[in-house]
Amino acid sequence: MSVLASFRDSSRAAPLLERIRARETGPVALMEFCGGHTVAIFRSGIRSVLPEHIRMLSGPGCPVCVTSNMDLDRAAALAKLPGVILTTYGDMLKVPGSRESLAQVRAQGYPVEIVYSTLDALRLAGQHPDKQIVFFAIGFETTAPAAAAAVLQARARGLKNFSICSVMKLTIPGARALLDMGEVRVQGVIGPGHVSSIIGADAWRFLPDVYRVPVAISGFEPLDILASIDALLAMLEKGNADLANLYSRIVKPGGNTKAWGAVTEVFETCASSWRGFGNIPDSGLALRPQYAEYDAEHRFPIDIPDSVEHPACRCGEVLRGVIEPVDCKVFGTACTPEQPLGPCMVSSEGSCAAYYNFHQSTHTKTRHATEQ
Amino acid sequence: MCLAVPARICELRPDNMAVVDIQGTQREISLMVLDGEAAVGDYVLIHVGYAIERIDEEEALRTLELFADLSLTDEAFGSASPPLTEDDV
Repeated sequence: MSVLASFRDSSRAAPLLERIRARETGPVALMEFCGGHTVAIFRSGIRSVLPEHIRMLSGPGCPVCVTSNMDLDRAAALAKLPGVILTTYGDMLKVPGSRESLAQVRAQGYPVEIVYSTLDALRLAGQHPDKQIVFFAIGFETTAPAAAAAVLQARARGLKNFSICSVMKLTIPGARALLDMGEVRVQGVIGPGHVSSIIGADAWRFLPDVYRVPVAISGFEPLDILASIDALLAMLEKGNADLANLYSRIVKPGGNTKAWGAVTEVFETCASSWRGFGNIPDSGLALRPQYAEYDAEHRFPIDIPDSVEHPACRCGEVLRGVIEPVDCKVFGTACTPEQPLGPCMVSSEGSCAAYYNFHQSTHTKTRHATEQ
Repeated sequence: MCLAVPARICELRPDNMAVVDIQGTQREISLMVLDGEAAVGDYVLIHVGYAIERIDEEEALRTLELFADLSLTDEAFGSASPPLTEDDV
């Protein structure tokens, strides 16, 4: 589809930037709730070309980062059970848990397999009938349909050696929790494009309706993000809090009802523990009792020791948008992508990794801005 | 994590599977959670091995117009009344 290339046409950026600079809003803080946006914003250098009075904040939009140490420890313990092969997405491997990462567990000789898709985990289950394939499922609404589809396929095929350890989370309770805490003032939200493709743009109407915060559902090209910033500023300029869907080439008002239907068939909401937030009611996805045979927690009950956090790691505050990565004392010194102390530095979508990889030249500017 | 890439369906296979072209690379994916019938030539968005949504060319063109025309943005997002709906964007 040739039209898609136009979304990468950098000559279209200048008029958008001009519009953004001409908006008369006063100082504003806009937050994105998606790790994909965090990376796109840093990689494209959007922060450095925005006027000084527009601050971009990163919220709890990286599923790897918000996974709690307790849940990481559970995955490590599952991988050590005899006969179990733990499978998970590659992003999880290097995240430090209380005592070790899954990569370190694998280095001790326990089977931890990276999969690109739950389809690969199902294939492994077919190939190894004598092993138990446990899929450690992280992710938000975008990723949940793939986990639900795997359970439905396992049942259809009569697979008895496939189960899921779900630590999947829902973005809307997370966003509400952040706004309800009131620690950061957010005047506009860049809505997560791919989460919204599943749950629908309308799912974010609570932001303007309840919180009076405008939201722009955005795609992931730099132009998409600039247009979303402009739309938010246009609304703020006029005092008009509403929802704008700038990613209508993908996102429908009601989302993908078939995909979400699969999720709600297999999963129910549960309380979930988020790094930096603690327990948030109804923010997680757990297997329904009728799918208990595919629930790793039900099939492999294990005791895990109390989880501990690295004392110097401030990922929790980064995830709440309270501090910027550079405000953390160990950022770029004791904590680097090679030797991460916390998940925000190790995940490809983590704010700290994005700062570290793409934002070195503007550290000074950010420090200056946060000190004011 | 929510990364998703555009792809073109090249071949439909049994069990709701399809071969798609992602920027010149062929990959087998599942159509299990895609709404509606899929056909060869359709453009879809792929996330962790599953097609999760179709790509709407008309909507893409409308968004591009919005990028180029300031008055459209102000009309769609700047007016206090009537309230904005997705149909406006």
